[in-house]
Amino acid sequence: MKQLKPLTITGGRLALADGISHGAVRLIDGRIVGLGEISAQDGDEVLDARGQLIAPGLVDFGVFAVDKPAFHFGGITRAALMPDQSPPLDVPSRVRFVAQSGKPDFWVHPLAGATKGLGGRELAEIGLMRDAGARGVATGRQWIGDSGAMLRLLQYAAMLDLVVVCHAEDAGLAGHAAATAGEMATRLGLPSAPAEAEALAVARDIALAQMAGARVHFRQVTTRGALDLIRQAKAQGCPVTAGVTPAHFMLSDLATMDFRTFARLSPPLRPESDREAVREAISDGTIDVISSGHDPRGPEGKRLPFADAEPGMAGAETLLAMVLTLVRDEVIELPRAFDLVAAAPARLLGVEAGALIEGYEADIALIDPDKPWVIDSRKMEASAGNTPFDGQPTQGRVTRLWKGGVAV
Amino acid sequence: MTSTEKSSFAGRYPAGGAAFPHRDLLGIGQLERHEILYLLDEAEQWVELNRQATKHSDALGGLTIINAFFENSTRTLLSFEIAGKRLGADVVNMHAAQSSVKKGETLIDTAITLNAMRADAIVIRHGSSGAVALIAGKVDCPVLNAGDGSHEHPTQGLLDALALRHALRARGESGDDFTGMTVTICGDILHSRVARSNVLCLTALGANVRVCAPPALMPAGIERMGVTPFHNFDEALAGSDAVMMLRLQTERMDGQFIPSPREYRHLYGLTRSRLAKAAPDALVMHPGPMNRGVEIDSDVADMAGRSIITQQVEMGVAIRMAALDVLTRRARKVPDWSDAVNTGRWA
Repeated sequence: MKQLKPLTITGGRLALADGISHGAVRLIDGRIVGLGEISAQDGDEVLDARGQLIAPGLVDFGVFAVDKPAFHFGGITRAALMPDQSPPLDVPSRVRFVAQSGKPDFWVHPLAGATKGLGGRELAEIGLMRDAGARGVATGRQWIGDSGAMLRLLQYAAMLDLVVVCHAEDAGLAGHAAATAGEMATRLGLPSAPAEAEALAVARDIALAQMAGARVHFRQVTTRGALDLIRQAKAQGCPVTAGVTPAHFMLSDLATMDFRTFARLSPPLRPESDREAVREAISDGTIDVISSGHDPRGPEGKRLPFADAEPGMAGAETLLAMVLTLVRDEVIELPRAFDLVAAAPARLLGVEAGALIEGYEADIALIDPDKPWVIDSRKMEASAGNTPFDGQPTQGRVTRLWKGGVAV
Repeated sequence: MTSTEKSSFAGRYPAGGAAFPHRDLLGIGQLERHEILYLLDEAEQWVELNRQATKHSDALGGLTIINAFFENSTRTLLSFEIAGKRLGADVVNMHAAQSSVKKGETLIDTAITLNAMRADAIVIRHGSSGAVALIAGKVDCPVLNAGDGSHEHPTQGLLDALALRHALRARGESGDDFTGMTVTICGDILHSRVARSNVLCLTALGANVRVCAPPALMPAGIERMGVTPFHNFDEALAGSDAVMMLRLQTERMDGQFIPSPREYRHLYGLTRSRLAKAAPDALVMHPGPMNRGVEIDSDVADMAGRSIITQQVEMGVAIRMAALDVLTRRARKVPDWSDAVNTGRWA
């Protein structure tokens, strides 16, 4: 569906990269054509934003399901899809299909599976998948344990100028862990792995990436040790980026206290000191991207004993509200919030979206940042309601959404 | 036999149902000190009964108790079965190996099925931590945890406390609580639900608890549970008033944790010469099953006046009778036990 008529949204607060300013946005043929103190022209459809935020549609980097109702609820207009599908995204035909699967009102950017069957051994046809629409390469839910295979992957991806999205958990240490080693896992008697499993994996992958000259993105960095390594690597000019999901800056492993499987995540929730380290890393720019990690899991996967349950949370609907809590807590300012959830992930994917810039795709979210609501796992748009934030009151909702200038 | 207050214990805990306001017995971690004491005190009458020629009460007559064991067990299952039968209940054992669990039925569906059969209490053992609490949330009757993964085994913690109490009383001490006493738990602490329930129970009753294991079998942050960790068994033993040995749970080990059983015995086996490093009259305990010649030598396990391993087994039946009696009082409409209860979910 194409945008049929020019649209001008007036009377809003524009979430621009360098600050929030009052003004309007004008959209024609699916593109942003005007920003700031502009007025509607004859024949335009006109909408009064009534002081709400006019923001870019969110770009969700690294989701596990294409779950449109949830993404639209959360103001997300594009998502980078992890290759961990059934069957996995490890052949060009699957990538090509998935890349078209959300259109027109939602764009899916596939991340190509780095190895065949995501087995961590044989390289998949990354070049063919790139030309079929893949916007990056991902190791999937697992770490590639074979350092030789990882180096070859990074060299190959560097040649193709594709970012490699890594899962940072040393497999030997992580084993079948369902929790982070520490008081909580000990009290609950859960199989656990030391938090250092993450730093170990990050250290190796940074070293290999420097050898290969590759761009790497750690999808979730959740521990102080690993964040320190990324901070150092960035200071040395290494092209490394880091992401996190709201669970790891909102919750600690205390949330697992009643064996609640909605808090069974991968990587697992960490002790409070790591949660604080994540917030510091968001504040100082060590963390570049916040994504939902959207991974809806029904009762078949979650109504099980904790360690037997599948990891993952439905996060698309709560992403924006959780990031806005960082603004209210003065961890970041509002423009940075939209860099974390829209502009930075769009840059990683190399797409002209995720920011209010003339000529960019007209993916626009109208946001009431203060609107109060209560997260209720029984009333979610997602295909499953597995949120660890169930019952939590929060603020900030998307009130209108446009994909390519067309109202969703 | 179900009098809720005894003169000798008056004032130790609230009256009536307030003495034990839980629907389920899921873990020692949920219990207050006075609730632990209440169950121990309640068990005394059953210790006495079990020593009579005729060991029978009709307290639970007409009630159905299901022992649902999703993990193999001999002694705990037998102990619960005897406890239920001595209280006059109809006891049914369900072995997971023979059940529809093998056919792919989910744990929740199994729980709902048991519930529909209108059990009056369900005793559950399961290999995953938290599984028993999960089932408890789906059924309408009291649930007793007979061991969930590496999490808790509350009746074991209670029976060990009761066995200690009786051993102390036999020596003329009060045994009412364990203040000033040092208890060392040695073995596979990482995988042991017995260790966790004992740590919680013994520390609640005032004991100084030491845990001893090689680093790979010592869970992280265990000191936050109020215990002192040791890797050197000889150091842990020094001055200990009781030593509890645990077996290596090789079935839960993912990878190699120790080089060999004989090396383990060399460093962590309770031998007669090692026991001499503990307090002169130190008690020896083991929850069973024992691997004689690995974590404990036969002459120590059978040492008269010191080893209370068989007493632990004896107290197990009494504790399970007390737990079944107390938890079914609301359903049996015992006077003063009609109040609302904590349904067992952690708050």
